[in-house]
Amino acid sequence: MYLPDALDTPSVVSVSELSHYLKSLLEMDDNLQNIWVQGEVSNCKTYPSGHCYFTLKEGEAQLLCVFFKHSRVRSSAPGLRDGMAIAINGRISYYERDGKLQCYVESVKLLGEGALFQQFEQLKARLAAEGLFDPERKRPLPQQPAVIGIVTSPQAAALQDMLRVLRMRYPLVQVIFSPALVQGAEAPASIATALDLLNEHGEAEVIIVGRGGGSIEELWAFNEEVVARAIARSRIPVISGVGHETDFTIADFVADHRASTPTAAATIAVPNIEDWRVEVQEKQLLLTALMRERIDDLQGQLEYAMQDLRRASPLNLIDQRRQQIDDTVERLQTRMQHMVSLHGERLRGVVERLHALSPLLTIARGYAVVRHDAEQVVVTSIQQVQVGDRLTIQVQDGYIPVEVCQ
Amino acid sequence: METLSFEEAFMQLEAAVTALQDGKMPLERALQYYQEGMKLAQHCNMLLQQAELSVQQLSTAADGSLSVQQME
Repeated sequence: MYLPDALDTPSVVSVSELSHYLKSLLEMDDNLQNIWVQGEVSNCKTYPSGHCYFTLKEGEAQLLCVFFKHSRVRSSAPGLRDGMAIAINGRISYYERDGKLQCYVESVKLLGEGALFQQFEQLKARLAAEGLFDPERKRPLPQQPAVIGIVTSPQAAALQDMLRVLRMRYPLVQVIFSPALVQGAEAPASIATALDLLNEHGEAEVIIVGRGGGSIEELWAFNEEVVARAIARSRIPVISGVGHETDFTIADFVADHRASTPTAAATIAVPNIEDWRVEVQEKQLLLTALMRERIDDLQGQLEYAMQDLRRASPLNLIDQRRQQIDDTVERLQTRMQHMVSLHGERLRGVVERLHALSPLLTIARGYAVVRHDAEQVVVTSIQQVQVGDRLTIQVQDGYIPVEVCQ
Repeated sequence: METLSFEEAFMQLEAAVTALQDGKMPLERALQYYQEGMKLAQHCNMLLQQAELSVQQLSTAADGSLSVQQME
């Protein structure tokens, strides 16, 4: 035994010395170094290291337990969960740093379900049979609630967590807080009343009921029938946000939506204002694009109309007419020339024929034309002349005046 | 327009977009929708920027009547 002298005398010892003494006291007791203890698992946490910490409860007493990973693996221990009734085998020692007496567990035996767990299962089965958990009962959450009801404790960090999320995500919303006790004997009735009040007030479009994480006992109010009934009769959709990642509470089953924490509940209750900003911006871009498109469209139409107009212009017609005139004039000229040359040809023919018939040619060959001067006719017969008539004989190069003498 | 809530303004903004998408109206009307839509979008943005969470506490009076009070 260490320090017996020091403890026998009224002298002062340090905390370390006392802790060390307590630790050795416990460790020297063979009964405590290999002992079986039974109780109900509570506040069970397994860390990423693989070490498991829990409290073993029974009646009004509790014992802190540490179940290291190597012991769990070596003993092939089952996964522990709050509410399980178990017997543990291990050694009792004193953890000097925290000033705690605790049991270092070596192995575990299951003793069936714990009392709390049994109570939970019974209520769950009864409410399920009543249809309170039916999927058809689940109501959709409003997309953009203007008013949100919150049921939780005014002191809890959970309230501030939720308000922080709402402020950040969707400050457009109005919060109506209905305070309730969330722990202890009066908690179930208090939560139920707070829910009923929000329904009576009637403005909230969705209600979050929840509290931050804790041991299964601390969260037990959310496993009580009176809370389940209040959620079930709420006319306003209810989101449960009880800070217990792994296990479901009865409230979770009855609620229209279950979130793992109050923060998660606030997150699903409202849209993100950032999404709205983006959406408003998209609408703005769309408006501008549509307007642009519309104007381009009209511009195109105008372009077409102008082309049509140009095609239909009287200037075009004038040009056409002008060309028609040119064409006609040309045709006229061609025709004229044609006719002129045609007539020329003909004339030449006639002249030639005329020429051939000309008496001058006959005269040139030695014939003569005799004209009666007085009668002014060509003499072709002796009957036409009498003695003394004056005649003119035309020869090739002139006229010979003569007188008929016999 | 100043009195419109965000939801109302956003709904009208969507309506303006839908109307423009139809593309049947005369140009002048289209321009009106466009300008209206842009104003609505600005109003929405302004509301988003100015929004501040309002928190009220619900309580019952002695006579059982309900009352809400602004919380800080």
